[in-house]
Amino acid sequence: MKEYRTINKIAGPLLFVERTEPIGYGELVNIILFDGSVKRGQVLDTSDELVVVQVFESTAGIGRDSGVRFTGETIKMPVGREMLGRILSGGGKPIDGGPEILPEKRLDITGAAINPYARASPNEFIQTGISTIDGTNTLVRGQKLPIFSGAGLPHNTIALQIARQAKVLGAKEEFAVVFAAMGITKEEANYFMQDFERTGALERAVVFLNLADDPAVERIITPRLALTTAEYLAFDLGMHVLVILTDMTNYCEALRQIGAAREEVPGRRGYPGYMYTDLASIYERAGLIKGRKGSITQFPILTMPGDDITHPIPDLTGYITEGQIVVSRDLHRKGIYPPINVLPSLSRLMNLGIGAKHTREDHKKVSDQLYAAYAEGNDLRGLVAIVGKDALSERDRTFLEFADLFENRFVRQGYSEDRTIFNTLDIGWDLLSTLPVEQLVRIDRDLINKYHPKFRNEQKKE
Amino acid sequence: MEVKDKKSKETKQGMLKRIAGPVVTAVNLDAHMYDVVKVGREELMGEVIKIQGDNTIIQVYEDTSGIRPGEPVSNTGLSLAVELGPGLLTSIYDGIQRPLSVLVDKMGDFIQRGVSAPGLSHEKKWAFKPLVKTGDKVQGGSIIGEVQETNIVHKVMLPPNAKPGSVKTIKGGEYTVEETVCILDDGREFPMMQRWPVRVPRPVKEKLNPIIPLITGQRILDGLFPIAKGGTAAIPGPFGSGKTVTQQQLAKWSDAEIVVYIGCGERGNEMTEVLTEFPHLEDPKTGKPLMERTVLIANTSNMPVAAREASVYTGITIAEYFRDMGYDVSLMADSTSRWAEAMREISSRLEEMPGEEGYPAYLAARLSEFYERAGLVKTLNGGDGSVSVIGAVSPPGGDFSEPVTQNTLRIVKVFWALDAKLSQRRHFPSINWLNSYSLYLDSLHDWYDKEVSPEWNKLRSWAMEVLQKEAELQEIVQLVGSDALPEAEQVTIEVARMIREVFLQQNAYDAVDTFCSMKKQYDMMKAIRMYADLAYAAQVAGVPPTQINAVKSKNELPQIKFIKDYKPALDKIGKDMDAEFNALRSAA
Repeated sequence: MKEYRTINKIAGPLLFVERTEPIGYGELVNIILFDGSVKRGQVLDTSDELVVVQVFESTAGIGRDSGVRFTGETIKMPVGREMLGRILSGGGKPIDGGPEILPEKRLDITGAAINPYARASPNEFIQTGISTIDGTNTLVRGQKLPIFSGAGLPHNTIALQIARQAKVLGAKEEFAVVFAAMGITKEEANYFMQDFERTGALERAVVFLNLADDPAVERIITPRLALTTAEYLAFDLGMHVLVILTDMTNYCEALRQIGAAREEVPGRRGYPGYMYTDLASIYERAGLIKGRKGSITQFPILTMPGDDITHPIPDLTGYITEGQIVVSRDLHRKGIYPPINVLPSLSRLMNLGIGAKHTREDHKKVSDQLYAAYAEGNDLRGLVAIVGKDALSERDRTFLEFADLFENRFVRQGYSEDRTIFNTLDIGWDLLSTLPVEQLVRIDRDLINKYHPKFRNEQKKE
Repeated sequence: MEVKDKKSKETKQGMLKRIAGPVVTAVNLDAHMYDVVKVGREELMGEVIKIQGDNTIIQVYEDTSGIRPGEPVSNTGLSLAVELGPGLLTSIYDGIQRPLSVLVDKMGDFIQRGVSAPGLSHEKKWAFKPLVKTGDKVQGGSIIGEVQETNIVHKVMLPPNAKPGSVKTIKGGEYTVEETVCILDDGREFPMMQRWPVRVPRPVKEKLNPIIPLITGQRILDGLFPIAKGGTAAIPGPFGSGKTVTQQQLAKWSDAEIVVYIGCGERGNEMTEVLTEFPHLEDPKTGKPLMERTVLIANTSNMPVAAREASVYTGITIAEYFRDMGYDVSLMADSTSRWAEAMREISSRLEEMPGEEGYPAYLAARLSEFYERAGLVKTLNGGDGSVSVIGAVSPPGGDFSEPVTQNTLRIVKVFWALDAKLSQRRHFPSINWLNSYSLYLDSLHDWYDKEVSPEWNKLRSWAMEVLQKEAELQEIVQLVGSDALPEAEQVTIEVARMIREVFLQQNAYDAVDTFCSMKKQYDMMKAIRMYADLAYAAQVAGVPPTQINAVKSKNELPQIKFIKDYKPALDKIGKDMDAEFNALRSAA
């Protein structure tokens, strides 16, 4: 393989190499330093005069005298069953002291888009044991459901609780967890690792760690390595894979960094104009394929800068993912765990995974009614602050009390409290029964007669 | 209109000079703007978007990884065109009209590159029935025969640009789309299939003013903010406000004869949902699966960005083709923001001078060109057809002041403003009744008068007034509580609540409520009006508002939505309300 020593310019993570033979777009590049160490990069722009290489590691030590080798192929990831239980760097190298991965296959990390025609529609209910998810923002297998959080909120604890408790009712299947950390602190990473070890989940997990002090540009490939691994486990080996990506905000920062180094025209807040397409190439790698056994369910976690949901990162994410779970600082301050605010949260695939066939016939309508009543009670809080509780009508007072009850009995639960969906729905009915029956306009009479505690008991008496 | 089919000879080969993502540069290529070219050894499909001296700049519809400078580029001399003919219906295409089902057969579950697939099956035979005979005069756009494609009859037409002539031979029978079915006396031969360049609107005789509403079965749309057949509408909304559900409801229930649904840069799982659901849903008019009248275009967010740019044109060209047969077509584009972003991405790779927020300066022009392809028209063959365009817009951060929303609003006549606040309280469809508008109200006035009831237009304005009034009153209520309002206005608040909860809220997932006929809409609104009249009368008679609001029978009204044969129940509620109010008045 030819080695070029024609680096002309180094700017940020980019190298500009001159006078090369024709080089393919997207090729993997090895850069050889004077001490013999090797760094990796990828071709971003290629012409017969100039090749632009994006280096995945720090450019420290690279000079005009460094050698550049073009490998002639795009970046590939060696994958194999024995990756389960291993800890790899953000660039895919083992860092747990174990041997190199013996590849069963080498796969392109960009991955190809799943043909929409080949996709199977996700409809299997996943019970996470958390009422605010199961009851009102139901997760289904093959969904991508991000957690929108803020600095200092317990999103990691929630993610771990989900990873620990998630199950499909009545099924015993091969599952795996792929965990990709991008720019999180060692401490946060340890928190995940210890929980994985404690619960034995590590045996079934593949961990990719790009920590806060690892090169930022490496974060560009970390989620792609993780998802390539997940695709292999899911679609080749038939496992049900849960992918946790944290923190996507750090990924987007790295994307912006490269955009700036390339002197591209920036979009909103300096993020590149192609950030939507780029994020889609990550998030869309979730789902089910007709005729294949496995599945990929994604849990990206992102911290919203300034808790601002309209910031480009949560905004573009929300347009691609199938809903979002929003962690609220207000609830957290009230000491409620998990502080999930159901109002801005949403699961777009919820309706596919609930109802008589999957959970219970009243699920959809109970959920709608809970939402509507909580939203109304929550609005009244603003009013009470101005006019006082006494100025409220009887009806409004019941809704106000409902909002408090909802937060304390439905939202609040323990770190390891694993509620069944039936338990969750029954709590919902108990809360709804504090409202006058005629206010339950979202639920039809038959269901009220069957499930409402007041009538349910009457029926039993008869 | 001249289609560039004539110079289909392959011209001299050029060579790749530079590759930067989906945009590549070739030299020594004899090319014209928007020619389709084959790029590299794998012959990836691309389109010429800029010519600069000897450099030809090409956007490539497939992934360019691994392509090197020096690889060959050849020009097909054709514009990006779609194949039009029997076989379009029930198909699902990517942005450049490659059938996704064929792609699965050819390259498996993932989209690989370098595979071409014709838009129509060239092998399948269709039973062609001539509608003209030897000696008949025909011209561009003339209907010469028909094919029973699904439950829809596919009219076979001469291409719009065909010169007039008279029919020499035409014979019924089983043909593929490529076989000649008609020969004119000057020797020209026509197969059933025609090709049309996607970036050129198909010609029509004249454009007419729309006067008939597109009935969608959605109360807030048909009742308050109707779109006309041949009209344009925009649905802007932040994520999670129900854009896609609204689009899908329109695709399912609108009374168009043909539906073209473009999933432009959207979610893969959503397209799958459409694909699995539509074949099982019945067209409320024909009872046949909805899929039989539908063409789907799915270029999901992770499929190549250049093909996403093309997908909108592919869709509208197919819609125009069915319009030319005399059908009412509705086209849903979800989402035009992703299309605009694709333009932005390509434009920035061309290093063009950016306009607002990095979008190219020609964004407004492209959007208006696209929406202008909608319309109610007199076709070349003298029939009436229409294309209604409903475009979703995904404004970043829900901010309607951004360029795509603003430029869209300048063109479209109907604006359905989605509101995240409404969807958070599960008010669906979460269309804000204060911000939305329809500029078709006047032109559709007569239709509602005649087809629904002479009272309807009045009822509609009354409902809007109440809602507007409520918004003003709410501001006061926020400050002092509802008890402080004058008694008549406390009644208004309750009436407005009923309009919102009974009429405006509609459950897309309920088997009955998902589609609400115009008749039922009218009956429901009339019942609310009846309550309002009784309530105001009682208030004047001195009944306190707390007693008026406690009237039990009105609480049954929301249940009407879920009852198919609602008439008896509604009549009973009417009687009960009457009785209850009578009792209140006599007690007062």
